[in-house]
Amino acid sequence: MTVGLLVTCINDALFPDTGRAVVTLLRRLGVDVDFPAAQTCCGQPMVNTGYLDEAVPLLRNHLEAFAGYEAVVVPSGSCAGSVRHQHRLVAQRCGDPGLVRAVEQAPPAYELTEYLVDVLGVVDVGAYFPHRVTYHPTCHSLRMLRVGDRPRRLLEAVRGLRLVELPAADECCGFGGTFAVKNADTSVAMGSDKARHVRETQAEVLVAGDNSCLMHIGGILSRERSGVRVMHLAEVLASTEAVIDEPAQPTAGSAAASAEASRTDGPPRAPRPAGAIR
Amino acid sequence: MSELASESSTRRSARSAEVAPRAAAGGATFLGTPAFPIAAKAALADAQLRRNLAHATGTIRGKRAAVVAEVANWEELRLAGAALKDRTLRHLDTYLTQLETALTKAGATVHWARDAAEANRIVVDIARGHGTDEVVKVKSMATVEIGLNEALADAGITAWETDLAELIVQLGHDLPSHILVPAIHRNRSEVREIFLREMGRAGRPAPPDLTDNPADLAAAAREHLREKFLRAKVAVSGANFAVAETGTLAVVESEGNGRMCLTLPEVLISVVGIEKLVPTWADLDVFLQLLPRSSTGERMNPYTSMWSGVTPGDGPQEVHVVLLDNGRTDVLADEVGRQALRCIRCSACLNVCPVYERTGGHSYGSVYPGPIGAILTPMLRGVGHDEQVDSLPYASSLCGACFEVCPVRIDIPEVLVHLRSQVVDAHRGRPSLQGAAMKAASWMFGTSARTAAAEKLSGLGSRVLDRTVRRRAPGGRRALGSLPWPVSAWSDARDTPVPPPESFRAWWSRTDGGRR
Repeated sequence: MTVGLLVTCINDALFPDTGRAVVTLLRRLGVDVDFPAAQTCCGQPMVNTGYLDEAVPLLRNHLEAFAGYEAVVVPSGSCAGSVRHQHRLVAQRCGDPGLVRAVEQAPPAYELTEYLVDVLGVVDVGAYFPHRVTYHPTCHSLRMLRVGDRPRRLLEAVRGLRLVELPAADECCGFGGTFAVKNADTSVAMGSDKARHVRETQAEVLVAGDNSCLMHIGGILSRERSGVRVMHLAEVLASTEAVIDEPAQPTAGSAAASAEASRTDGPPRAPRPAGAIR
Repeated sequence: MSELASESSTRRSARSAEVAPRAAAGGATFLGTPAFPIAAKAALADAQLRRNLAHATGTIRGKRAAVVAEVANWEELRLAGAALKDRTLRHLDTYLTQLETALTKAGATVHWARDAAEANRIVVDIARGHGTDEVVKVKSMATVEIGLNEALADAGITAWETDLAELIVQLGHDLPSHILVPAIHRNRSEVREIFLREMGRAGRPAPPDLTDNPADLAAAAREHLREKFLRAKVAVSGANFAVAETGTLAVVESEGNGRMCLTLPEVLISVVGIEKLVPTWADLDVFLQLLPRSSTGERMNPYTSMWSGVTPGDGPQEVHVVLLDNGRTDVLADEVGRQALRCIRCSACLNVCPVYERTGGHSYGSVYPGPIGAILTPMLRGVGHDEQVDSLPYASSLCGACFEVCPVRIDIPEVLVHLRSQVVDAHRGRPSLQGAAMKAASWMFGTSARTAAAEKLSGLGSRVLDRTVRRRAPGGRRALGSLPWPVSAWSDARDTPVPPPESFRAWWSRTDGGRR
């Protein structure tokens, strides 16, 4: 069976590297991943702004594009949340029982870290990223999907990576989709506080599981000439050393995680490829 | 429950009195407040206000988190609270009748008020019937909601607020900015100024050597209020809970001023929203645990006062209960929105809301500020006919922190999105930039062919920009600075990455998913 990658419209058009990283990462872990080319957007921008009717054609298109896949993997907490929680709302609103049924029968949608940890049972994905990193847990990952510490566990297992605590990490960055322009001043006030916390960590890279939030925080960090780079979690997890000629030793932080991973019934881990990914 | 006003808002460092009274003496009202984005912009410019709010909400947030963590079965309590309220709302007619019967039997007079005007008329008539020109008040959101003080003033009756924070707001000719801590936006030096300037006009003056020490401020308020408690013939209250089974009304508070009002005057008039009901006495068990921990971060509130009708020779000898609808049955009819009627006015959602923390309560332009206000106000007042009201469901980034702390599990983000769809539907047919953009996006994302075509255009633009844009974001990607309207709303403060020359979709089809 094959998983369908919902790359999300924002990644597709603005951050294609994230999608490529997910493909690299999943293949490295032995997953057969496909990109259903018929996909467009999950409809979240319309739903969250109140345009439910406008989301209906997107929902129909999404259901058709992903029918028949074993699972849908999404490198975005907010789009995964939209598929899981909002699609039913849209279907119910348009009063088509067939559409409601189709939503109920659609393949399960997983945010990337849920898929890695829960379905594949992997915490150490064999990544190498020798940088000082801080992590922003995006609101929809944190509170809508409750991904908990999965992203952190994945990051802690990355060799060379030094994870530093982000102050007030679980506070919203202020992006909020159209909130960022409808209430631009409040959004920027929230984002500036987030950017200040990021700078306080003196991290080289800010990592999150949603490029939309990163575009907002990163846009402020860039305007402030802070020098902090923003990167999607998938890109960090896809990074490897140029040459690996010995079996990787789990780091102290990932020993427990790896032990747990080996207990679960995920597919066997593919050997680490030699050569740079990007 | 506003003792926190004296704790949190007065401990803050002195700030210049920039938060001016919102209206002239007498009738401060939210009427005329601009839509949320505009009001918020003004509040955001007040850096000291932001610091004060961040400190105050941060303090309460910490206290709440600590005492909630002590309760092992907190989640079960929340579920119980939500279930009890839902059941009550499902059979509201039955429980209201039961309450009326029990109260009447206990010697109280029950009145029914469809709207604010009716409720105000009932209270004014009772006060007038006793030939009084003043009433003392227990802090009550319902009476603020109906504008009772203004209605009484129009009838020549002065209403004295006795809750410390409400007193500060009233004497300052100001508006409340928080459900629990109405004067959260004021600091102690401002409070001192207000007391010195205004107390003498309203009764016993503040001592001339009054300092801004919280204990001194509280003592001045105590002396000032004591005179009013002893003189007033009529008191007005709300109720936190109304027990249908026993006809018991309950007020929980921190200061004891409410209890003075509830016990000293001869006549007591309680204005109670019809959603305040719980079926049985035992149900209070759940809510008296949920409320204080969620609101003040206390294990238990210092004063819980309960009354039911009249006890000869003890307490008020005439008790009136005004059961207030004022839009609540409309909310009840809304399948998604009705959960807002579970609200027990704890204000935990305000204290965790990143939007409230930065904009303050006045920006919401309504009696109920913060996340709960952003859903309750539009539902009580109806959407589609007031730009300010319609702006409230959008005054949220949908981060979900409010839902997480709500003691009765109101899914505020869900209701916000639901209300946004009602606002959009109410405005369908009228031209708007946003509507046009959403329709265009819906068309473009309707098929992958159109999406791919749009991405191709973006890729072409990228090739041009790549040659002209000098600026680079960390990591090397080219970035755009400030751009003209309408994208300026985004780009005024945020750089934008230049779109890539090739979309993911194009890359996948060109390389067969990286296989060639």
